[in-house]
Amino acid sequence: MPTDAELIDYSTRAPRLPPPVDDSLVNADVPRATRLDLYKSLQVLRQFEKRAYDLFMQNLVKGTSHLSLGMEAIASGFGAAMQPGDYSFATYRGHAHTLARGAHPGQVMAELLGRENGLLGGKGGSMHLTDVEKGMMGSYAIIGAHLCIANGAAWSAQMRGTDQVAVCFFGDGTTNIGAFHEALNLAAIWKLPVVFVCENNLWMEYTPIDLITAVPHPAGDRASAYGMEAPVIDGNDPDAVYLAAVAALAKARSGEGPAMVEAVTYRSGGHSRADPGKYRPAAEVEAWAGHDPIPLYHGRLLKVGVAEEELTSIERQAALLVDEATEFAKAGALPGEDVLMTEVYADGSSRWRN
Amino acid sequence: MAELTYREAVAAGIAQEMRRDPRLVMLGEDIAASGGVFKTTVGLVEEFGPARIRDTPISEQAILGAAMGASMTGIPVIAEIMFSDFLAVCWDIVANQIAKSRYMTDGQVSFPLVIRTANGGGVRFGAQHSQSVENWPMMIPGLKVVAPSNPIDVIGLMAASVRDPDPVIFFEHKSLMATKADIPDREIVDELGSARVLRNGSDLTIAALALMVPRALEAAELLAADGVSAEVIDVRSLVPLDTATILGSVTKTGRFFTVEENPRLCGWGAEVASIVTEEVFWDLDGPVVRITTPHIPLPSAASLEDLALPSVDRIHETISKSLG
Repeated sequence: MPTDAELIDYSTRAPRLPPPVDDSLVNADVPRATRLDLYKSLQVLRQFEKRAYDLFMQNLVKGTSHLSLGMEAIASGFGAAMQPGDYSFATYRGHAHTLARGAHPGQVMAELLGRENGLLGGKGGSMHLTDVEKGMMGSYAIIGAHLCIANGAAWSAQMRGTDQVAVCFFGDGTTNIGAFHEALNLAAIWKLPVVFVCENNLWMEYTPIDLITAVPHPAGDRASAYGMEAPVIDGNDPDAVYLAAVAALAKARSGEGPAMVEAVTYRSGGHSRADPGKYRPAAEVEAWAGHDPIPLYHGRLLKVGVAEEELTSIERQAALLVDEATEFAKAGALPGEDVLMTEVYADGSSRWRN
Repeated sequence: MAELTYREAVAAGIAQEMRRDPRLVMLGEDIAASGGVFKTTVGLVEEFGPARIRDTPISEQAILGAAMGASMTGIPVIAEIMFSDFLAVCWDIVANQIAKSRYMTDGQVSFPLVIRTANGGGVRFGAQHSQSVENWPMMIPGLKVVAPSNPIDVIGLMAASVRDPDPVIFFEHKSLMATKADIPDREIVDELGSARVLRNGSDLTIAALALMVPRALEAAELLAADGVSAEVIDVRSLVPLDTATILGSVTKTGRFFTVEENPRLCGWGAEVASIVTEEVFWDLDGPVVRITTPHIPLPSAASLEDLALPSVDRIHETISKSLG
């Protein structure tokens, strides 16, 4: 039982440490080209999120934003494993998942800046990134609903007889809301081609997930209640995520029904823009900083014989891409009155009376 | 020509659209093998099969989430929420997800879906199975709201709702289920956003919806016996709202009354009364009057529920008193 002191100040609790790096994954069955793509994706997502943070500090991004810093391996791993026709459903922490499906980084950045050339014309913002053409079916900012919605896209694929899979990313906190359980049950009884991916970053906003959850693994330990298995994996190891994604997607695509993965990870920063994350034990933050996916994967790629220069070149390409995205976004006009009243209804208007 | 009840018309309207569009599916609790708790889906699973008429668990969020996700990826859907009171259980999906996503994504997604639900009082079910909640979705941008008052409108507005590319909340009134009408043997397709003048009159206009429509018509008979000529409009569709028909009528008669089953505060008639007052004030010969359920949860006992809902006599008396 936690002490009162621990419940008053969570930073006094014992740190929850990352798993040791699984060195056997050096020999994992991941093609070299895929590994280079994964590294590029990690670099783009990391540098994009850092830039988004800088732009907050310059007051160019208003409102709030939830960054995936430290958690990029999950979006990168699944992004590399998914087919172009597959569907992604993300939460408000959705920048990485949107970029990982191939959305234009400039349009994503412009959306954060509230510009006319943003992915959603400035109407959605950071928490609602969507790019239907790329299979990114939306970022849903109220916990729970989008698991049920992802089921619907999977049901649609099943009815249309395609081999599309819907992949739904959510946090550890989501596992305690009713919609999580409704969604898993329906997916199981209808054998829907859907993959549920729990990004367990150990913190439900400002509260440690283990203090408010009945089981140690919020998704992994609950899957069996719905006839599923959910491997608990190192969500900071891109190879581990990629392999789990390939397996889960294959299962869902085969018609056997839904799959679930619990990827344990850590966000390097706070929950959102307003949060410096000071409630966390210093030793915990430090330990996870030592288990960051980027240096981890950099080291692995060197071990498998990729040249340092090749990695440096990828890092430079990513930096260039993010610079271009920033310039594209900053050059965008502010959206005006001409779009304020559009697209409420399917005829493009907001007309509710004659 | 065949005589159908309101409840049979629901199934007939769904069947008409399912025959037309082989993609259309429906899901909900007890809708398949048992034909729905109000027997509004009888015969559908036999004709269209269990893949298109699907029974679900008691999981309203899962039902509407599935409807939303399927409709945004190419499958038009009808979802049933058994009692409209239960919309509160899945209101996030209705109000935050389905309603807003087109606007938030600047038009990237569409939701060709209909949420059908049994609405309203008069059946002694008590406060959690009797509410009239059509005003809830009415106040949310992005939704359309329909409430038919008779079997022909049930079929025609069902067809219009299914064919509409926007999400439509379709309210079926529990107390009208047994009402009957002759239905022509042909495809029936109506349009959203058109009110209907059911009785012409020259002294005053009454706007009513669903169960309140037959009551308003009966009250108009009593008024006629008093020598007062009432025009009765069935509003039918709250969003889109046919203000032209209502304003045209008020301009002619000079008096306006609403008859609403919603509890008093923010019932649908409040918006209509506000529009009338703002736009044809100088054509009015007296105050706009709303006749509503009082601002209370609906009681269960028959005697109490009858006191709460606007009755023919209350409509007649309120209007007579207002005319002076």
